[in-house]
Amino acid sequence: MKINNRNELIKRREEYLAHLETQKKKVYVCGGTGCVAGGSMEIYEELKRLIEEKGLRCDITLEADACGDSIGLKKSGCHGFCEMGPVLRIEPAKLFYLKVKPEDCEDIVEKSIVNDEIVDSLIYTRDGIKYPVQEEIPFYKHQTRIVLEDCGQIDAEAIREYIAYGGYSALEKCLFDIDRDEIVKTIYDSNLRGRGGGGFPAGRKWTQVKAQKSPIKYVVCNGDEGDPGAFMDRSIMEGDPHKMLEGMMIAGYAAGATEGYIYVRAEYPLAVERLEKAIAQAREVGILGENILGTDFCFDIHIVKGAGAFVCGEGSALTTSIEGFRGMPRVKPPRTVEQGLFGKPTLLNNVETFANVPIIIQKGADWYKTIGPEKSPGTKAFALTGNIVNTGLIEVPMGTTLRQIIYDIGGGIRGGKKFKAVQIGGPSGGCLTEEHLDLPLDFDSLKKAGAMIGSGGLVVMDEDTCMVEVARFFMNFTQNESCGKCVPCREGTRRMLDILEKIVAGNGEMSDLDTLEKLADTITSTALCGLGKTAANPVVSTLKYFRDEYVEHIVDKKCRTKNCQALKSIFIDAESCKGCSLCSRVCPVGAISGKVKEPFVIDASKCIKCGACIEKCKFNAIKED
Amino acid sequence: MMNTINNKRTMTVNGMPVPIEGEKNLLEIIRKAGFDMPTLCYYSKLSTYGACRMCIVEDKRGDIMASCSTPPRAGMEIKTNTPRLREYRKMILELMLADHNRDCTTCEKRQNCQLKELAERFGIDDVRFETYSMDGTKDSSSPAIIRHPDKCILCGDCVRVCDEIQRVGAIDFVNRGSRMEVQPAFNMPIAETKCVNCGQCAAVCPTAAITIRSNVAELWEMLADDNTIVQAQIAPAVRVALGDEFNFEKGENVMGKIVAALRKIGFDDVYDTATGADFTVIEEAREFVAKLESGENLPLFTSCCPAWFKYAENYHPELLDNLSSCKSPMEMFGSILKEKANRQAEATKSKKKTKVVAIMPCTAKKHEIHQERGMFEGEQAVDLSITTQELADMIRETGLNFEELQPEPIDMPFGIASGAGIIFGVTGGVTEAVIRHVVDPEDRNTLAEIAFTGVRGLEGVKEVKLPYGEDREISIAIVSGLRNAENLIQAIQKGEAYYDFIEVMACKGGCIAGAGQPFVEDRARVERSEGMYEADRMSNVRTSQSNPIAEALYKDLLKGDNAHRLLHYK
Repeated sequence: MKINNRNELIKRREEYLAHLETQKKKVYVCGGTGCVAGGSMEIYEELKRLIEEKGLRCDITLEADACGDSIGLKKSGCHGFCEMGPVLRIEPAKLFYLKVKPEDCEDIVEKSIVNDEIVDSLIYTRDGIKYPVQEEIPFYKHQTRIVLEDCGQIDAEAIREYIAYGGYSALEKCLFDIDRDEIVKTIYDSNLRGRGGGGFPAGRKWTQVKAQKSPIKYVVCNGDEGDPGAFMDRSIMEGDPHKMLEGMMIAGYAAGATEGYIYVRAEYPLAVERLEKAIAQAREVGILGENILGTDFCFDIHIVKGAGAFVCGEGSALTTSIEGFRGMPRVKPPRTVEQGLFGKPTLLNNVETFANVPIIIQKGADWYKTIGPEKSPGTKAFALTGNIVNTGLIEVPMGTTLRQIIYDIGGGIRGGKKFKAVQIGGPSGGCLTEEHLDLPLDFDSLKKAGAMIGSGGLVVMDEDTCMVEVARFFMNFTQNESCGKCVPCREGTRRMLDILEKIVAGNGEMSDLDTLEKLADTITSTALCGLGKTAANPVVSTLKYFRDEYVEHIVDKKCRTKNCQALKSIFIDAESCKGCSLCSRVCPVGAISGKVKEPFVIDASKCIKCGACIEKCKFNAIKED
Repeated sequence: MMNTINNKRTMTVNGMPVPIEGEKNLLEIIRKAGFDMPTLCYYSKLSTYGACRMCIVEDKRGDIMASCSTPPRAGMEIKTNTPRLREYRKMILELMLADHNRDCTTCEKRQNCQLKELAERFGIDDVRFETYSMDGTKDSSSPAIIRHPDKCILCGDCVRVCDEIQRVGAIDFVNRGSRMEVQPAFNMPIAETKCVNCGQCAAVCPTAAITIRSNVAELWEMLADDNTIVQAQIAPAVRVALGDEFNFEKGENVMGKIVAALRKIGFDDVYDTATGADFTVIEEAREFVAKLESGENLPLFTSCCPAWFKYAENYHPELLDNLSSCKSPMEMFGSILKEKANRQAEATKSKKKTKVVAIMPCTAKKHEIHQERGMFEGEQAVDLSITTQELADMIRETGLNFEELQPEPIDMPFGIASGAGIIFGVTGGVTEAVIRHVVDPEDRNTLAEIAFTGVRGLEGVKEVKLPYGEDREISIAIVSGLRNAENLIQAIQKGEAYYDFIEVMACKGGCIAGAGQPFVEDRARVERSEGMYEADRMSNVRTSQSNPIAEALYKDLLKGDNAHRLLHYK
């Protein structure tokens, strides 16, 4: 039913909230990609069946009349603690259940939904301490969730819940209480910086687009999150799509645009589905479309699915791709704010940036600047992965140190290993080492350290990680994803990869390091777009901090972490070998021979270093070097 | 640093102050300051692509930027040749060379490869990277162009000219990163695509990744055969461009020397295609007048440009009835020559075959000669079409000192061409020639007036209105560049524009800028066009119908139905 004016919106909000408050319990089954893959939707269906079987009313939508003892069952967005999935949360007790299986549902319904008990086996336990309440778990306790506030604590598919919890009130404020200049000024004063990587001040961009005289302007949301291992934007789109839509609408209103585009990777089918639903719902209630809330503001949003090219995360490549052409960055000027999508002034921000907008409008620029450093305020969502105890999606104030993230939230390095480095900012970023653990993570400090926040991927690496191999991995990615337009990026990254492959294969020469550095300098200084200019970063930073590992690979032909197959040798310790012959039987290439009850030997020329013999040996007699 | 000199905004290039006078990028400023910046992907008429990174400059903060895509700002201080820039340029060149087929000695572009030129200029005598394997595959499906993908440096010039100027888009980039290539859709042979054979891709290609097919070897064979009479016809635009290859002033008319050269090379007869153009003018003017009277199938589009003809076939089959039924001047003349030869052979009982070879500024003519519409009694009216550049190659191969040749007149009985026929070589020329015929033919003042109606000039789209009869006005459009043509067609089809007569030339500026000509950028096109009009002014016969040859032929060879049979394709 359409909401025709402000009063109707306020009334509707009160109704929905009242309805929500009548739900005796609320169950949020995680509907993020990770948990869905782990089977969370079966859990959802099972819970629904069991709740109804118990004769309780299961409130799926807020359609029906409120009734005092219903159970609200919701598909929420990503809770962030993905490695513990599937997860679910039960309110009002804030119970948080991990690694839930369908067979646990009976117990959950009986104990925690019908009664007020805890299912002990499903709660988080660490160092012998049980954490039944989500907010108490160390992983969550040290986070500050602003953008992800509702992610996991709201039904991701219901505009009504979003409205009930105050959603679209920032838009309401913009349409009725403040003028366009004030909106732009608020964003400007808040020092909000683009979360897509560059950290360009959003307010400056908004001011520039607003100042353009064109009658047609566009708002474009960059949801082409391409860094390997990053899923912050995906989680927002999946978990709280309306927040981002609201941000885009406010941008559109302020800048004078009437159309918005969301460019989202086709590899994010769930995000696309949730966004489509959210847009349809918003259109249905008249929050998107003509004369929004009875004002003369008209705005609609379209979704464009990207075909998965990393380079389409670059602004001009992205708009070109929306137009239906091959996504390649173009030369600037003209800048996107002047001539972006279809040649019109375009306000382009990424998902997380737009998701920051409603709360800034609500609470003001001064409030926003109290979080994190003043020049780089607010929070940042990070995708925490790698050799760390707690992997997942986190949100912390800008300026939080790596140490806090890795040890307080991440729970330290897995298996008690030693921390070695963290790759921040994906393939365009750099690696930071032990000496940077107390560096505040914000745009400017990282830039000084030769790294970048990028979109927010954090890959933690322990002592067993080969840094040359890390450089090779990222260079392989960049090389594959180079659009091929400018010579330094297209040819240079390929040559850098060739050299890195040569080094990990044990064929490197010392002069290769010089060539690597010259190539990196050329690419960084002369590439056409931001992606090209940063393509060499992983190599530059590993060369800076881990040069000795490169030298070892080249001079000693050794990889200290034993990651590089070609540099590994496997031998049998004659003292420990009992001559049981098990190894020679398991060897797939017949490289091991010997007499029974005498030490066996490996023929290095035949050995393919698969390690099958090591696993099989009962006497730990086979060793790697 | 002063930012103004005499109230002009200035910046400095290598320490020298340079005023900023509306230049759109640093590259123009630098060139104005007298420094030749290396570029491989920059043409002022195409969009700025910014991919080769050769034109980089360094500012005083040490920032590196591509000069092609950086607008000048007052107070800017840039350098074009610092140690860093030299190192980067060398590296970039090496990277390109290492992924390029470097069989330079046997390469078609060995004389004028821009990549080779830059490698020489920047002293690349060693490439520190291993060369990737080159498989040497070619796409030689087209009669006009040949693609050699392993010589491609991916500058995208061909892609942009094909799309931006010609709106054909027969080729584009496929694949990403180091696997990127320029290909036709689905990697089809280029001949099976909607390529119109205009050859502009080859004209802008800095290397030999796209070259124009050479038919010189076949021509040598033909010339060596004693049983074949080989007749040449020289297109109007060739005479003002061939000189480029032999140190003549740009645009100088070297027709007399060409005739002399062709005789020395071994042609039996040498004629001027402008004579053929005179018949086109007469026939097309008749057709136009008839259509004006009947009002059917207007506007009348010219059909003499074969790239335009193919474009219409590909994209606008609905317009084919509006295209003039006249054969192109080359094909008209070919048919006349063949008819004449047949009659002569019959009379003299000679067993000798006659072959007609056209020397053209054009690559699409290589396709046109095989098309049914130009045929003479089921066989090719023109047996071979070579370009201006191929002629230059033949002159060199023969060992002629072209500069020293004494000019010679063309052969009889077709030794006269009118000025109207000659100006076919430049955009607007066909129209002017037809107008001369339609309006008052004998009045020299009228001719002068027509010249100033707006038909002349190298703009892509020109419009002319002329009084016709008592109370009628003829509305004429002249376009060159197929994208311009497409825009015009769409305006007409939407009812936003109306014309009676439309001249279309695929190449911007007309045949003088054909892809078979020595490649030049804009200024030299002006000089070539001036050369064409100069030739018109100097000619004794200004209008086609006053060409005595035309008069004679219509009484003889073209009597009755013969005119239609030989000169029209439908």
